[in-house]
Amino acid sequence: MSSVRVLVGTKKGAFVLNADGTRKAWDIAGPFFGGWEMYHLKGSPADPDRLYASQSTGWFGQQIQRSDDGGKTWTPVDHKFTYDGPTGNHLWYDGTPRPWEFKRVWHIEPTRDDRDTVYAGIEDAGLFRTTDGGKSWHELPGLRTHPTGEKWAPGAGGLCLHTILLDPARKGRMYVAISAAGVFRSDDEAKTWTPINKGLKSEGIPDPNAEVGHCVHRIAQHASQPDVLFMQKHWDVMRSDDGGDSWREVSGNLPSDFGFPIEVHAHEPETIYVVPIKSDSEHYPPDGKLRVYRSRTGGNEWEPLTRGLPQQHCYVNVLRDSMAVDRLDDCGVYFGTTGGQVYMSPDSGDTWSCIAADLPPVLSVEVQTL
Amino acid sequence: MIRVVLPAHLRNLAAVNGEVALEVPGEVTIGAVLDALERRYPVLEGAIRDHLTRKRRPFVRYYACQEDLSNDSLETPLPDEVVRGDQPFLVVGAMAGG
Repeated sequence: MSSVRVLVGTKKGAFVLNADGTRKAWDIAGPFFGGWEMYHLKGSPADPDRLYASQSTGWFGQQIQRSDDGGKTWTPVDHKFTYDGPTGNHLWYDGTPRPWEFKRVWHIEPTRDDRDTVYAGIEDAGLFRTTDGGKSWHELPGLRTHPTGEKWAPGAGGLCLHTILLDPARKGRMYVAISAAGVFRSDDEAKTWTPINKGLKSEGIPDPNAEVGHCVHRIAQHASQPDVLFMQKHWDVMRSDDGGDSWREVSGNLPSDFGFPIEVHAHEPETIYVVPIKSDSEHYPPDGKLRVYRSRTGGNEWEPLTRGLPQQHCYVNVLRDSMAVDRLDDCGVYFGTTGGQVYMSPDSGDTWSCIAADLPPVLSVEVQTL
Repeated sequence: MIRVVLPAHLRNLAAVNGEVALEVPGEVTIGAVLDALERRYPVLEGAIRDHLTRKRRPFVRYYACQEDLSNDSLETPLPDEVVRGDQPFLVVGAMAGG
């Protein structure tokens, strides 16, 4: 029988949750790296026991940890993220130029075929890669040095590269998303980049056709429809059917189109999930009800999923990297909250249960189907 | 031998228990001790001082013999008590965070 491993990054350490294919009983291991902010953990598709984790604090900076046994033991690897060449400037909040400065690693994306080749998205926005299992990291500077870079400005969370999608169909194609710059696409393994933000309408940006400056919170893709991209923008849920060349809004009947994560069902490429949040200042669910919304039509028509989720007095948030799916026949959906709960649905979202109730605030959730 | 006391997070990171004992060649300055520490434990590079600027991280402090040496230059010689091993050089995680 298959089993499932859930990698949970929190503000005060990492946790590894394991269950068999029934997903009824969960073993929780951790905290690993107690007291450290674990922005993201992710396993290699090429070797599921090879895990990478981003570990940081404001006190002692950035570390990267690697496990070769599915998270039982960890070894620190190289943690120097040095920009390649002159850093140049991006925009600061007050509109003045500000030199790029490394803050932390937000997202780790192992490649499909090589457990030693991994991308990392960092703040201030840049893309790094290791080809030796984390022994050394090197910037791919074509992104940061894009001519629009001087116009990129941080969102409230910083100028962070938070999403990396490796296209499953076209070799060399990849997407990244940066708050608050937008989405960028490369067709040559990250050497050169094109901003792909046409159709994004962002309140507060005077130019509706602005090439960059959009606060994209996350993008998602299904392997069977590589040209279809879904986006949770700061406000608005968006969809592209042409690999990001153009976007249209699919927020439809959502109670709020503000939110952070967006995820695609493992087996149904038009089934997508979001967690509506009341507003960008309140950062909690509308009406105190924690509801995942599912669309089975690729957007526009949404249904609330509530069975097993708190429906009163709930004021948590779900952050952008805190939702994931497993690949079992009946797709499991998982998300973590800033209140420290991890919820799991074994039936595509119809019903939910809390599989970890009292963790530190959850920063990321990833799922491995073993 | 120079005795160095690390905060708990850095002891865990470097996988050491208790104090660290270091051979420090030449004059025993703050910088020489930190260099020796980072040579012995590369995982601590960047955790005490910034990788690039080599400046002390804002929430890290240096103490020895009841004196705060955090803002002294890296060329500052450490007190004789530290050089003799009678007193440790302390790397401290500042109390911050509310």
